[in-house]
Formats: sequence, structure tokens, C-alpha cells
Amino acid sequence: MMLTTTILFYVFSAILLVSALLVITARNPVYSALYLVLAFFNAAALFLLLGAEFLGLILILVYVGAVMVLFLFVVMMLDINLERLKEGFLRYLPLGLAIAIVGVLEMVAVFWTAPIGRVPAPGPIPANADNTRALGELLYTHYLYPFEIAAVILLVAIIAAIALTLRRRPDTKSQAVGKQVAVAVRERLRMVDLRGPKP
Amino acid sequence: MLGHYLPVLIFLLIALVVGIVPLILGSKLGPNRPDSEKLSPYECGFEAFEDARVKFDVRYYLVAILFILFDLEIAFLFPWAVVFDSVGMTGFLAMMVFLAILVVGFIYEWKKGALEWE
Amino acid sequence: MHDLVNAAWWPPVWALIKIIIVLIPLLLGVAYLTLAERKVIGYIQIRLGPNRVGFRGMLQPIADALKLLFKEVLIPSTANRFLFLAAPVLAFVPAMLVWAAVPFGPGVAISNMNAGLLYVLAIAGLGVYGIIIAGWASNSKYAFLGAMRAAAQLVAYEIAMGFALVGVLMLAQTLNLSKIVEAQAGGGFWSWYWLPLFPFFLVYFISGVAETNRAPFDVAEGESEIVAGFHVEYSGMGFALFFLAEYANMIFISILTTVLFLGGWYPPFNVAPFTWVPGLIWLLLKTAFLLYVFLWIRATFPRYRYDQIMRLGWKVFIPITIAWIVVVGIALETPLRAILR
Repeated sequence: MMLTTTILFYVFSAILLVSALLVITARNPVYSALYLVLAFFNAAALFLLLGAEFLGLILILVYVGAVMVLFLFVVMMLDINLERLKEGFLRYLPLGLAIAIVGVLEMVAVFWTAPIGRVPAPGPIPANADNTRALGELLYTHYLYPFEIAAVILLVAIIAAIALTLRRRPDTKSQAVGKQVAVAVRERLRMVDLRGPKP
Repeated sequence: MLGHYLPVLIFLLIALVVGIVPLILGSKLGPNRPDSEKLSPYECGFEAFEDARVKFDVRYYLVAILFILFDLEIAFLFPWAVVFDSVGMTGFLAMMVFLAILVVGFIYEWKKGALEWE
Repeated sequence: MHDLVNAAWWPPVWALIKIIIVLIPLLLGVAYLTLAERKVIGYIQIRLGPNRVGFRGMLQPIADALKLLFKEVLIPSTANRFLFLAAPVLAFVPAMLVWAAVPFGPGVAISNMNAGLLYVLAIAGLGVYGIIIAGWASNSKYAFLGAMRAAAQLVAYEIAMGFALVGVLMLAQTLNLSKIVEAQAGGGFWSWYWLPLFPFFLVYFISGVAETNRAPFDVAEGESEIVAGFHVEYSGMGFALFFLAEYANMIFISILTTVLFLGGWYPPFNVAPFTWVPGLIWLLLKTAFLLYVFLWIRATFPRYRYDQIMRLGWKVFIPITIAWIVVVGIALETPLRAILR
């Protein structure tokens, strides 16, 4: 079983690295997005190999099932013109390089100080460990404050999304169901006597 | 853990085979007589006059963004529901506050008309 | 025997056997569901339905499959060839993979995983890729419009579905699908979750109808407005795979509703003649009933308008489910919990 795990680890890691590379080298943005989906999948598989069942499945549920759907919506519908995108390449190069260098430095700093190899490896995971339960028991008692902060962040995100993308279009018509249901006969129907005066 | 997900991996491979083989069989067994009319994208009887990949209503993006946010809420609700008994009153109240904050967002969304389609 | 079970090659082989035992009846079930659909809707509309091929049309699905196999696979000239062919496979694979966690008896599943419900929700959400990739790769207006409609509709109802599942988890206290059924044991049909979680039961099943793009939520493939939506350009086996995925999803939604709300393999009454029938039969009977409801709904309701679909998903189902989560939560914190558990 140990050998299988090791082999699978290298297979998933290799696919993950290759697809991550293809994300930034693919010419078509739709392909880039799809390679990113593949990369997330393999990352989820690695989580599962480590025994982090909940994290692996949430990665699929949230990133593959939701975030990447938005990405695909955007790249498919924005009608991205590749020629126009390439125009700005040189202009944005210094800024991009600066951000990349900062990123690399930060990663180096993290790995330099991280206690990799100094913390004893965790013991073997019990066969029927339920890490959703373990996570829940900590999150909703011990880490209450970060949990509520998460709610506030989500609230800010909802408001920001609406503020950025919502455009009212006054010329469109929509159905007001409440008004339709609440309507009374008298408001719509007037009985008229059409017989007129008797001859 | 691996014992539970190894069958899934095998199933994934089998499902891929079961999905791809009929496609190959279909293209081998079926006739192949393409012509330019047959291969043109469907239109109601006239020539296509513009590219199909048109710009879309920004509303679709809004739906997708809101979907992500609500999906995250579900990601928080699932472990909470599973440990409902063991986290007791503290956990219950914590989630009620969480839900209350998000219901504020939901009401804002509703009042702003972000959920309207026409 | 002990050595045999411990051998390294045994788990994959055993998994393979289980997969085949599930997969073949599933594909046959899909084939005969198409026949059942045409027959049921036929009788509802006072017609006979297919009755020429074989005894009373019993061989019709086989004939359909063979016909589709020998049809030309067309790839539109403006389409993206690779993605165009990959899309039906991407729709089909998640529709199969979700079955890995479905329990057919106590602990009997391809994989009796701990986080079964989360797995099912995560994998079922991947079906949307097949649809949007099909719409984009076809490079046809109808396909693209249908795909975008389908995607927006799927995501709206997936939220309602997720919220509905939270209620089940609050009562069952586990993500394991087999244990969720076992938590509903006890009395008869009144101890199943459909009763305390009635709003969730309705929301879940109706969202399931919407998730599978079935009538009356089938604007994504509305024949009369956008011809067939995302699969307008598909023929032969590509079309067949989308079809298989849709029907396999229907059966899946039905069986999962049974597992979560209708007591899975437990008989409706815990007394003699009912307990003689094996659990698997009860599970399949309940599933068959829900599948009949799918067809019944299709034959009964006119198609919803797109804005009505979005309103139902966002403005009706989501508030109802959030409110009922709070109600169930409060009930569980009061003496009422003795009745619920």
C-alpha cells in the first residue's frame, strides 16, 4: 500500500506541475482555464493522499465547481482579442516582473523560516479518522473569531460584487409576481351594461 | 483513506474508457461524408452573419460570483451541521451570527435587484 | 482466504468487480428509462408509445442505441475539434463517478467513504463543465446561448441543493451516506427525514429536476426557442453520451433523494409482510417511484420562463432553506430534539 501511495503521489504531482506550466504557456485563455481545472484536480488528489479528505473535496467543490466556472464564463464571453492582449506586453513587463520577484522572495522567506523537517512527522492517521468532524469541532468552538470574520469578508465580497457589476437597465421589463398575485378583480374588470336603453 | 478513494480512481479510469470508446466506435462505424453545408453551424436557414462568441450580459458574471460566495457558505455549513451535537450552544449561536451576517448580504442583493432577470 | 484478502492486488480487483456490478445495471437502467419515459408520457397523453420493436417495444432502447452508433459523427467546421469531442465525455464521467458513493445496503457501496455526501455534491457540480465546454466548442449561437443559460441555472439550484443537504446533516450527524440511512431507522415511514425536513425534501427534489435540465426547467435545451441548446451540433455517439449523462443523473437524483429523505432500504412499515422484502428492493422501488414523478412532472407542467426559473432558485428556495435550517437548529436545542432524533 505504501508503494502505491508513493507512485500515485509522483503521478499526481507530475500532472499537477505540467498542467500548471501549461496554464501560463497555453495560447488560448480557455485552454489555460481548463489546465488550471486539471491542476486543481491533482492538488485535490494530493490532499486525499495525505488523508485530508475534507480539504480535498472542498477544493473540488469550491475551486473546480465554482471559481473556475466563473473564470470560464469570463474568458469565454469577454471576446478576448489575443492581438490586443499582446500589445501591452512590454508596457506591463516591469510591473509584472516586480510582482513576480516579490512573490519569489516571499516564498523563499517562508520556506527559510518554516520548520520543515524540524517538526516531528505526525503519526499514522487512524483508519477511520473523520477529519470533517475534527475540523468542525475546532472551528466552531476554538476559532470562533476568525470564523465570524470570514462571514464579514463574504459580506464585503457580496456587496463589492454587486457594486462592481450591477447595471440597472431602466428600459427592461420584469414581472412583479407579488403585485400580480395581490391584484383584485375590481382593479382589472369593470362590468358594463351593453344592452342600452330599451327601444 | 486511500482504501476509500482507490475505487474512485479506478472508476474514473473506467468511466473515461466507457465514455471515449463509443465515440471512437461511432466515428469508425458511422458513415463519413462531410460537406461544407453539413458542417456549418446551425442557423435557421440562412448564412451565419456573425461570430457565435458574442459578448454577454454582465449579469451572468454576477450570478457566477454570487454562486462562489454561497458555495463558500455551504463549505462552512457542512462541517457545522456534522458536529452540531458536539459543539453545543456555542457552536449553534456562532453559526446563527454567521448566517445573520450573510442574510444581510442576501437582503442587500435582493433590494438592489441583483436577483432580477427580465 | 485471509491471504487472499490481504494480497496487494485484491483491493483494486474487488473495486473493479463492484464497479462492474454497479455500472452494467446502471447503463441498462438508463436505456430502459428512456423507454419508460416514452411509454409513460404516451399513456398520459392517451397514446401507446413505442410498440413495434420487440414485444410491446421492449427492444426499442437497443434499436435506438444501435442506430446512434451507426450515425455519422459530425464536427462543425468552425468548432474546436478537441474540446468538441471532449465535452460529451466530460459530461458523462461525473454522471458515472457520483455513483461511487451511493449505498445499496448498510455499508454496501463501491466506496463507503466518510465524506460521501460532500463527495457527491462536489462531483455532481462538475457536470456543468461538459455543458459549457460543449456550448463554447461548438461555436454556434444556439449552443452557446443554451450553455450559458444551463450553467447559470445549474449554479442557482446547486446552492439550494447544498442548503437542503445541511438539514439532513444536522439530523444525521454524519457525511457517510450509509450511516445517514441508518439514522432514519426505527419506526416506519414516519421516522424518515422527509417528515421533519419536508421543505428540504421538496426543495432538494425540485432542484434535482432543475439540475438535470428536465422539463419544466428545460429552457437550456428548449426545442422551440433555441433548437436544442448546448448539444444542437452533436450527432451520433456524442449526442448519445449527453443523453446517457442526463438520464443517469435523473436516476442518481432519485436514488439520492431516497437515501437522504425516504429511508433508503428500510420498509415503510416495520411489520411482517413488509420486512420480508429485501432492502435493495425497497430502495429500488422508492427510486422508481421518484423517477415516475420526474416523468409525471414532464408530462404535466408547461415550460418555465427563464426569469421564473431564476426567481424560483434564488428568491424562493434559498430563503426557505435558510429559514428551515434555523428552525431545525432551534428545535434541536430545545426538548423537541427527542422527537427529531
